[in-house]
Amino acid sequence: MSTRSSLLRIADLASDDVGRILGTADRFASVMDRDIKKVPTLRGRTVVNLFLEPSTRTSTSFELAAKRLSADVVSIKGQGTSMDKGETLKDTILTLEAYEPDVFVIRHPQVGACAVAGRYTDAAVVNAGDGTGEHPTQALLDVFTVQQEVGPLDGMHVAIVGDVLHSRVARSGIQAFRMMGARVTVVAPPTLVPRHLAEALGVEVSADIRDIADADIVYVLRMQLERMGAGGFVPSLEEYARMYQVNHTRLRPGQRVMHAGPVNRGVEISGAVVDDPDSLIEAQAANGLVVRMAVLYDVLTEAASEPGADEGGIALEAA
Amino acid sequence: MSTLAPNPRVRLPQRPGDPANVVIRGARILDPVAGIDRIGDLVVRDGVIGGDPNGLESIDGTGLTVVPGLVDVHVHLRTPGKEHAEDIATGTASAAAGGVVAVLAMPNTQPPTDNPSILGSLLERASREAVVPTGFIPAITVGQKGESLTEHGDLAEAGAAALSDDGVPVGSALVMRRALQYQKATGLLFTLHEEDMSLSGPGVMHEGTVSARIGLAGIPGVSEAVQVARDCALAGYEDGRIHICHVSARETVDEIRRAKERGVEVTAEVTPHHLLLTDEVVGDDPDPARFKMNPPLRSEDDRQALIEALVDGTIDVIATDHAPHPGDEKESPFAEAPFGVIGLETAFAACHTELVLGGRMSLEDLILRMSSRPAEIFGLPVPTLSDGAQANLALVDLEAVETVGDRPYASKSSNAAFVGMDLTGRIIMTLAGGQDVYRRDA
Amino acid sequence: MGKVLIDSDQCRRTVARIAHEIVEHHPDTSAVALVGLHTRGVPLAERLRVLIEEFSGEAPAIGSVDIALYRDDVGVGGGRRGVVPVVGETILDFDIASHSVVLVDDVLYTGRTIRAAIDAVFDYGRPPKVELAVLVDRGHRELPIRPDYVGRNLPTNRDERITVHLAEIDGTDEVLLEEGS
Repeated sequence: MSTRSSLLRIADLASDDVGRILGTADRFASVMDRDIKKVPTLRGRTVVNLFLEPSTRTSTSFELAAKRLSADVVSIKGQGTSMDKGETLKDTILTLEAYEPDVFVIRHPQVGACAVAGRYTDAAVVNAGDGTGEHPTQALLDVFTVQQEVGPLDGMHVAIVGDVLHSRVARSGIQAFRMMGARVTVVAPPTLVPRHLAEALGVEVSADIRDIADADIVYVLRMQLERMGAGGFVPSLEEYARMYQVNHTRLRPGQRVMHAGPVNRGVEISGAVVDDPDSLIEAQAANGLVVRMAVLYDVLTEAASEPGADEGGIALEAA
Repeated sequence: MSTLAPNPRVRLPQRPGDPANVVIRGARILDPVAGIDRIGDLVVRDGVIGGDPNGLESIDGTGLTVVPGLVDVHVHLRTPGKEHAEDIATGTASAAAGGVVAVLAMPNTQPPTDNPSILGSLLERASREAVVPTGFIPAITVGQKGESLTEHGDLAEAGAAALSDDGVPVGSALVMRRALQYQKATGLLFTLHEEDMSLSGPGVMHEGTVSARIGLAGIPGVSEAVQVARDCALAGYEDGRIHICHVSARETVDEIRRAKERGVEVTAEVTPHHLLLTDEVVGDDPDPARFKMNPPLRSEDDRQALIEALVDGTIDVIATDHAPHPGDEKESPFAEAPFGVIGLETAFAACHTELVLGGRMSLEDLILRMSSRPAEIFGLPVPTLSDGAQANLALVDLEAVETVGDRPYASKSSNAAFVGMDLTGRIIMTLAGGQDVYRRDA
Repeated sequence: MGKVLIDSDQCRRTVARIAHEIVEHHPDTSAVALVGLHTRGVPLAERLRVLIEEFSGEAPAIGSVDIALYRDDVGVGGGRRGVVPVVGETILDFDIASHSVVLVDDVLYTGRTIRAAIDAVFDYGRPPKVELAVLVDRGHRELPIRPDYVGRNLPTNRDERITVHLAEIDGTDEVLLEEGS
């Protein structure tokens, strides 16, 4: 059982925790501005990145985050591991436990996999994306990006457009934005919105793209190509683009656009909007590193003292 | 309501054993079918009720209740093919520990029980291993593939208790219709697992607020209801008789009610876990795979609809759908874990706690739904406490509270949904087929 | 509440004396950078800056350092969730290579904080010299660190606690001795 604090879902955090983590991320951003971009904070700690679903951006982001904190990093990818030979997640975790990792960062195709992993290890577990479940670090970097580039989320209106049914980014994002005081509307084809979503997560639901009009932030979700065509959720890519694409005709000046990437230009979002300097997409990608450093810091550090105590005195006494 | 005369051809073998010789003293003796409700002694001599108590082992029944034994018409004994999860001996021992005196086993084994030869070999094994009388329900279609009918006539002749493709629905309406037409020649009841596979899709839990919140794919209640509506329409059209397994949704209850009103010969069962639990447990629990079953636990509104339906008779009986799985398999992420929970040992306590102590029905009515009605519907001998009858009874302590999970199970598997819950009602002793098959250790 | 060892008046005079000593040792105070350690080293460094400018006519550079990322005691709670140290701001907006750094803190005890501060500063650049100014030295060093400028030496027991209050943060200036941890 994880004896350390884990980050499995946004609901594991309160708004104070989010404030603290993002405050730390801001500090790390200044560290990244210096020449020596490393700090020794997690020296001697072992971080195991277990990525059992394809990912370049998130896995690289976590790997670099751990290294910048001077931790020892082991990165295990889906291809070529014993899991592909039929070893269960439980056995993979138990085998890796022998190396006494301090934290597992796990991306897995099944909802709830991180919680399952947490049962078999004392290490902390950070959810890097579990199937269609949650992606809490994405939500945190999204909140951070809005706060840094636009302003406090309290009172803002965020419209999330696209395939919410299959999106862990949306599931975590909705909860994080609401926790920070924003109002959230989901705009999507009705086939791609979970029934009961309004009640489950406290959002408005609309099938009309015009309902993004009064949003401050328009968050676009990637439309996966498998959702189209025969027996699919929408009849065709073209129809989806005609009805739901986020482009300059539908946006009004001042609205900021976000997308977790990778983008499908011309499908859910126009190339022009992606390339627009006002879009927050690049900032999101850049912020991934410092937010993940902050998450690792938050999950792994604990001190014998109160924060803000007199650091010259009792504070540094070893526990 | 449909009542059958006892089916002369059904075979319910039990392993050989000494007949029970025991007298239970000072207990409440309750048999709502025979109209017995008294405090006193119940004698069992040579496995038969009644007679001279002298020289018999005496059991103090003060504060306890003797009821007719339960009949569970929906269990999975995993034989052949998955005996590491359960076999005939352990599954029926589990039944005995739950006060169940007869079980009917489903055919989704490996290979499926879909021909007289496999049925015969199972009946033969049961006659050597079964702790309580055990019947078998072979498949409606070959391999349970839903394409061609199995040999219903030969299976009836060989002693099949009913027919089912449980685990999967009969996908084609045409095949279901043919089966119903053919039923007129064999008289075998169809007990049906109902869902529309295209609507269920990749779903692994109830499609509701919990699935929306946590992101697991959902199985909508309407998947079950749509199939039930189809089969009730076909049964009505062909004057057939069907029994609906493990009803889980309000929409399904509505369909069954309407079908009964128009005179369709349909009966239905519900499981204890659907009567007690909802999809909320999946969202909250750190180990949710033990709540994964098909049909899934649904919303509180569905649960209340099931209880109301059981009370008003739209749902006729309770059956556990006892579905053992080895521990390892349930230790995976929810979507990868197999569907199913065990339930034989906790069924009575669960239903007694929720329904009787919960004020929804009387103890007498509960006994009817768990003992006599299932037997009647399937044409099995009805357990009774009348003098001269074979001993098929359970001695229960209706006050004892137990936390589920504290004791090891008689079943080989331990994937129970009620772990950690306090349930009231403990089986002290079970007599089945005239034999003494279970004693609760002190 | 504890016993007042240094009251507000004494504090003021002690800080002034430290400023004089720094001026005495540095002919060119504009080549000095006062770096306050979070939390209370920061207002102390600011007070010293004002005083040094007053006494020498030349203001030293000023900065602050948070040692949270350089501590040697994080993650040693044995797996139990403790308190997450908040990461404060490190601002070193001067040319480190050309300024003598004077680290400023309120209490010097084991020396581990100072070690962390030195590491932090060195990740920003290579100063020609690093010195240490503290308001109170309570002894019990665990590392070979020694202060260059000391306000007061206050020998203590390990089970005692020195608490410094500064007007900018706590409303008043005083140094208290308390029992227990």
